Amino acid sequence: MREFCHEQTAHCESGTLANLLKFQGLDISEPMAFGLGQGLFFAYVPFIRLNKLPLVTYRSTPGRLLEQTSRGLGLDLQMRKFRDQNESMRVLDNLVDQGIPVGLQTGIFWLPYIPRAYRFHFNAHNIVVYGREGDVYRVSDPVMPFTTTIARSDLQAARFARGALAPKGKLYYFTDGAASVSLADGVRQSLVYVAKQMCRVPFFLIGVRGMRFLAGRLEKWPQKLGDANARLHLGQVIRMQEEIGTGGAGFRLLYAAFLQECEEVLHDPCMGEFSSRLTEIGDQWRSFAAMAARICKDRRRDEDSFTHCGQLIRGCADREEQLFQDILAHLQA
Amino acid sequence: MKIADVPQDRGISEDVTVVSYAVAEDGRYVKVGSRGWEPVNVANGLAWEQVEQIICETVVEIENGTRSTLAYHMVVHQMDAALLAHYTGFFKWRVKRHLRPGVFGRLKPAVKEKYASLFHLSIAELEQVPALPQRGMLL
Repeated sequence: MREFCHEQTAHCESGTLANLLKFQGLDISEPMAFGLGQGLFFAYVPFIRLNKLPLVTYRSTPGRLLEQTSRGLGLDLQMRKFRDQNESMRVLDNLVDQGIPVGLQTGIFWLPYIPRAYRFHFNAHNIVVYGREGDVYRVSDPVMPFTTTIARSDLQAARFARGALAPKGKLYYFTDGAASVSLADGVRQSLVYVAKQMCRVPFFLIGVRGMRFLAGRLEKWPQKLGDANARLHLGQVIRMQEEIGTGGAGFRLLYAAFLQECEEVLHDPCMGEFSSRLTEIGDQWRSFAAMAARICKDRRRDEDSFTHCGQLIRGCADREEQLFQDILAHLQA
Repeated sequence: MKIADVPQDRGISEDVTVVSYAVAEDGRYVKVGSRGWEPVNVANGLAWEQVEQIICETVVEIENGTRSTLAYHMVVHQMDAALLAHYTGFFKWRVKRHLRPGVFGRLKPAVKEKYASLFHLSIAELEQVPALPQRGMLL
């Protein structure tokens, strides 16, 4: 009987995936799962509101990573959603009792072991259940350092959280059968896809265009929203970029780690160079977060202002545009 | 980000370390545990202040008799009428009516039970606001 190994990761979806794949005997790192799953993205969507604040996302839609990575690896990912809560628990019990680790989408608000400060209504948190004793389930939550346990009623509540991105009891697992694809092909496809999303989508809310649009809006927040509300908006941007699950700098560092791994997979030293460039861009995103936080807390230094924040974001946009265009040119040459 | 630059500002994640990706001396990416970062603590704190402010406003409204105690339990769970409607299966307009003290007082026990069980409370607990702000859901 194989043992499920818990490894702590930065991001829940890529971490869940990497841990499930390891169980299948595939040694895929978290950055590789993230990159192969085309996880990097940017969009600013002011008409979608979370707690009355506009949606900023640095990653692809929840769930996409799972599908893309499994497709890229040629693996069979079984995925189910449920209407009936009892049936969903029965199916879960059945799989877990057979020794199959199962990935679950859950609402983080209802997970008792998560530190309180993180418990907002966010419904796309991924965890693995890999065993149970009666009504106590063994949980591997990839963003936590250690495995933990959860009571059946709590788990059921989390699996049937309501509201935006409601999980509807979604569970997924891999059926046996090792992948037989060339990693290099999948990686190349994913690199091209992400680069195109970032700099070639002709829509003003997506990719580097979205960053520039956010920069423009952000500069006007103090006049338009008043000081207090402008700070709340700015705080939201920082949280989406830096809070648990991003690995820092809005997934830029995680993707830079993926680019570094591509160097070996593709036998291409240019990838290492791209990786260093993205690391620098990530550091600039973090300078933005640091400045934004000083503004939020009213500990401004002389150079801190909404305008300067906007400029930093524009700087990131310019450098990312250049980077992804270079990646496209390089791969399609 | 270099390993030495990985921030260790203890804060919102209590004693749980989270993973950051950082560059080692030799230029390779490695996973490094981080106890938190001040800007994140600030931003997260701001969001919680917002939640607390809404709770305080709601408590005042309940004391003034303009809202029912259900409103308190709703906002403590960071919900609004729309989300509460999703959870209970009631229409939003019905939930909004239940936020009025007169209407809430006349509700059938079965309806109150639905709210109470969602919040893991007894009906008696649902009908009052804890004397001290309940810190259970808050920091």
